[in-house]
Amino acid sequence: MSPAPAVQIMPPEKPVPMVSAPQQQPPLAPEPETPFKVEVQDLNVYFRANHAIRHVTLGVKPQTVLAVIGPSGCGKSTFIRALNRMHDLVPGARVEGRVFVDGEDLYARGIDPVLLRRRVGMVFQRPNPFPTMSIYENVAAGLTLNGIGGNHAEIVEHCLRQAALWDEVKDRLRHAGTSLSGGQQQRLCIARALAVEPEVLLMDEPASALDPIATAKIEELIHELKEKYTIVIVTHSMQQAARVSDNTAFFYLGELIEMGPTAQIFTNPRERRTEDYVTGKFG
Amino acid sequence: MPSREAIIDAPASEAAAAQHHASHPGTSNLGDRLFNSTLWILGAMILVVAGLIVLNLAVAARPLAKDHSLWGFITETQWDPVEDRFGALTFLYGTLVTSMVSLILAVPVAIGLSLFITQFAPPKLGRVLTMPVELLAAIPSVVYGLWGLFIVVPWLRASVEPWLGKHLGWIPLFQGPPIGLGYLASSMILAVMILPTIVAVSVEVMKTTPEATREAALALGATKWEAVMMTVIPYSRAGIVGAVLLGLGRALGETMAVTMVIGNSPQISASLFAAGYSLPAVIANEFAEATSSVHVAALAGLGLILFATTFLLNAGARVLVNAVQRGPRRVSG
Repeated sequence: MSPAPAVQIMPPEKPVPMVSAPQQQPPLAPEPETPFKVEVQDLNVYFRANHAIRHVTLGVKPQTVLAVIGPSGCGKSTFIRALNRMHDLVPGARVEGRVFVDGEDLYARGIDPVLLRRRVGMVFQRPNPFPTMSIYENVAAGLTLNGIGGNHAEIVEHCLRQAALWDEVKDRLRHAGTSLSGGQQQRLCIARALAVEPEVLLMDEPASALDPIATAKIEELIHELKEKYTIVIVTHSMQQAARVSDNTAFFYLGELIEMGPTAQIFTNPRERRTEDYVTGKFG
Repeated sequence: MPSREAIIDAPASEAAAAQHHASHPGTSNLGDRLFNSTLWILGAMILVVAGLIVLNLAVAARPLAKDHSLWGFITETQWDPVEDRFGALTFLYGTLVTSMVSLILAVPVAIGLSLFITQFAPPKLGRVLTMPVELLAAIPSVVYGLWGLFIVVPWLRASVEPWLGKHLGWIPLFQGPPIGLGYLASSMILAVMILPTIVAVSVEVMKTTPEATREAALALGATKWEAVMMTVIPYSRAGIVGAVLLGLGRALGETMAVTMVIGNSPQISASLFAAGYSLPAVIANEFAEATSSVHVAALAGLGLILFATTFLLNAGARVLVNAVQRGPRRVSG
């Protein structure tokens, strides 16, 4: 906190943004060989008069992990919540721009956000199991909700195994979800999100309320989930971003400053602000 | 956004806990002890006052015990002050029927309205809506009685009761001549009177549902309605039952409005169209004219029965809620 944010001293002349200003470069054409799983074009989010996300454009390839980093209040959570239309329910929030999942525009007319949210799962910052439901019911909640048939017991077990929680809870599936520890609850929430088989998994600082051991388990889990899912994870911790992600996007004051392969962002960023942030000069 | 979490983040709550601890170094603090004992006394007063009321009523009802057994008093249907024959059953029946029917009418509306106010209406509209509902609670019951007498009763007599009799007349509840005055009129007035109580409490309870669990349901692909059924309703179930009990308490004890529209006729009838009588109504109507000591005692006895009914219904409902609540929530790891 003590050194004044380097950004404020910077001259106002704007360095050429690499990815955040679509008017200065042709729109990202999906390359035929590796189309983006999630593609964001000129995304703007407003909360009444507050312009929270400004002209963000980026793409996430399938089966990769994108880490979103940046100081508090930079719009990381706002950005990720725009990817499954959670802002629809916030009074005063307005989203402009386009978000494609598999080439389909989520904000186009006629897209049902309810169906969309099944394809784009979300894990929240604080573990939020349904307080009145058992462990089993929590995982099965999405199945019942979406009318997914089949052997629920099998699916629940499979998801709990995927979330590395099965061995800890297999003998007490009928106990309350809230009876678990914080780290276990978060893995329960991950299992719950996996049960409806989403294609994209959004994680909003999933480990911020957890101790180091639970955090390590969640990170290990992300590595495994990458085999099947496309993951966008918001994180406070740059170490975590470095450990789990393939690509990293750095947000500052609602703008996407820089995005690139994680190794490059942390060792050789193109932007001064990114460098200042990842080296700990501010944030 | 992280701001909400920031308010309750760990260091802050730890600091608060430390402060809490520092200001309570045992019970050696004089001010603390004084405060503590004052609260104990105030708390005990409630029990003492309630106990004294029961005691006084029981003493006042003593003369009745000469030629009426308790069970006989409760199950006897005759009420004849001239012949000194006193039975409480007709009044008990009227009180229970009007209260129950008013709950049946009011509870679905109240819960629906609470859900709309807290979950579905735009926040501004929700705030605007709570105002007229709270206003309903401020209307004196005698005004409800007048409204019942001049508006509701004629309407029931001319439109509602003939219609019900024609279409649902095969149910004993809706048989008989449409008088207007009676159980149905009382129930409807009571329903309007208890609505604000149930709504006000339910709204407060529903507001406490954590936003995070609702978002979790939505993120799983729930519609707004499904998210409410999965999170808000189970979470606030106990509180809603508490709200209904408060409403029931008001319905059981309501005197003036019911007296004005129930018809004040001591009879038991299966039909809701019929005139009846209720416990508070008979006490209010006859107390001033009760001359014999047995008559006064009988009225005091009715008071005791009303008291006991309220108490038993509340206790029973609490037991019921506890039994229902024994879902996964109670189980701990």
